[in-house]
Amino acid sequence: MIVTHLNLADFRNYASADVAVSPGANLFVGKNGQGKTNLVEALGYLSTLGSHRVSGDAPMIRAGQNSAVIRAKLHHNGRDLLAEVQINRGASNRAQINRGQIKPRELPRYFSSVLFAPEDLGIIRGDPSARRRFLDQLLVLRTPRLAGVLADYERVLRQRNTLLKSARATGVKESQLTTLEIWDDKLVALGSEIIAERLALISDLQVPIRTAYSEVVGADHRPGLVPVLSILGNDTETDDPENVVWDPSGGADRGQIIATFRAALVEKRRSELDRGVTLVGAHRDDVRFDLNGLPVKGYASHGESWSFALALKIASAEILRRDSLLGDPVLILDDVFAELDQRRRARLATIISRYEQVFITAAVLEDIPEELTAHIVHIRSGTVVDPEVIDAFAEG
Amino acid sequence: MYEGIVQELIDEFGRLPGIGPKSAQRIAFHILQTESVDVARLSEILGQIRTRVHFCEICGNVAEQETCSICRDPRRNQTLICVVEEAKDVVAIERTREFRGLYHVLGGAISPIDGIGPDDLRIRQLMQRLADGTVVEVILATDPNLEGEATATYLSRLLTTLKVKVTRLASGLPVGGDLEYADEITLGRAFEGRTVIG
Repeated sequence: MIVTHLNLADFRNYASADVAVSPGANLFVGKNGQGKTNLVEALGYLSTLGSHRVSGDAPMIRAGQNSAVIRAKLHHNGRDLLAEVQINRGASNRAQINRGQIKPRELPRYFSSVLFAPEDLGIIRGDPSARRRFLDQLLVLRTPRLAGVLADYERVLRQRNTLLKSARATGVKESQLTTLEIWDDKLVALGSEIIAERLALISDLQVPIRTAYSEVVGADHRPGLVPVLSILGNDTETDDPENVVWDPSGGADRGQIIATFRAALVEKRRSELDRGVTLVGAHRDDVRFDLNGLPVKGYASHGESWSFALALKIASAEILRRDSLLGDPVLILDDVFAELDQRRRARLATIISRYEQVFITAAVLEDIPEELTAHIVHIRSGTVVDPEVIDAFAEG
Repeated sequence: MYEGIVQELIDEFGRLPGIGPKSAQRIAFHILQTESVDVARLSEILGQIRTRVHFCEICGNVAEQETCSICRDPRRNQTLICVVEEAKDVVAIERTREFRGLYHVLGGAISPIDGIGPDDLRIRQLMQRLADGTVVEVILATDPNLEGEATATYLSRLLTTLKVKVTRLASGLPVGGDLEYADEITLGRAFEGRTVIG
């Protein structure tokens, strides 16, 4: 799938922008602070309903305005689609496909992208929540239905935590314990589905990440992903290197996960009531990244961490290309080339040239390997400057 | 901002569910231009509504007497009780004309976030109604969302101790809709609840 046209209104520093883009590589060049990243951020938002830079939506709406609009013309299998999302301040967002209203969370069914940016180093070095977000975002792109499961799980978790807190405040009453059992059922049913899907995703990522890593680095450092599950007694809130690993010989069997989840809840009941918060479940899980058998977090160099994050994203794109109904995801590389040495730049250029469409932002044109410079869009203080216009200025 | 009482009226309308600032303003100005008898009638009803409306002592539905018209109607099937969250749900089910039994309005659903537990719902009253054994079937018609499902599960567990049949409304495909446009959750539920036809 490719984007043929991107149109923004009141998005970040753009009052309005209209960019025609081509298949293959598209390069957005401009000095820092001019609005290159804003363009690709908008594209990323269409498929993930979130920004890679901020957690809330408000910063994406241009100052003084009440809503921002992202519009993209998409082309897939000979069919044109117009995808639109309106981000509203203080009201729920709206989305349209070919002018017909859809729920915003259905947008990933029509457009999938994989974005890589310096912020992604946080997936490697940050909190477990960053890694869960990475896995869940990929899950939703691969199986859009799971967006609903994840949202329901969050809601059950909030209900259950509120109940635990009020039980702690008032002293545990009989009726509260009975309702707690009901929320346990929902937590286990939804949580086990998320855990099973994450385990399957982690296992599907193993081969593509090994391929991608060795392609980026030029050597096999045996990258691997190890699930860290709270239902097996692993506490991901502390930096405990001990990890009880899910025995893959049993497979990611749903019944086994459900039974383990239930047992863990029973075991933690006392401390959950004491602390007033749900201590086990999908919201407390993590995934450990290894290189040569050692955790990347804590052991790997800056360069290795970078390469791992990049390989994760390339592996994600590979998985989507294989499993998604949308064909190739659109690749977005935000300010990535400046961080890489000459050899890695060349290798990355080769890898991304296999994809239908790639968006690259850079402050300096010289950082970009020449084969990626076919379609260049210059950005200057929130305006898109056509190459032809620049030439005209140069001549005048 | 408008002066004094006009702004006050707009603010009051704006507090109502589903009415934003613009609608509130439109309604307020509509009222300013309406015949004063019509306005008087509206204000009279508003003044009386809280004192005249009662909740049925038996089922919790809205009523103008101590019991509602459904509970007073001897032709209704006294062996069936349909449990709903709100009085609005009674009206919705009555429109179908399919159900001729009685109702029980819970007054909400279990939702710790909103501070609603089983003790805040009319569950004790339901158990009292079931005590004499007249009722043979309880139909759980709470909303098909997380809180409604939780409430239905809670009730079904509570009712297993009684000799009464407990059923839950089916959820699945909307009638007259297209299968291809159904979302996955609805379609998944429809598969789970499929029925044998031959």
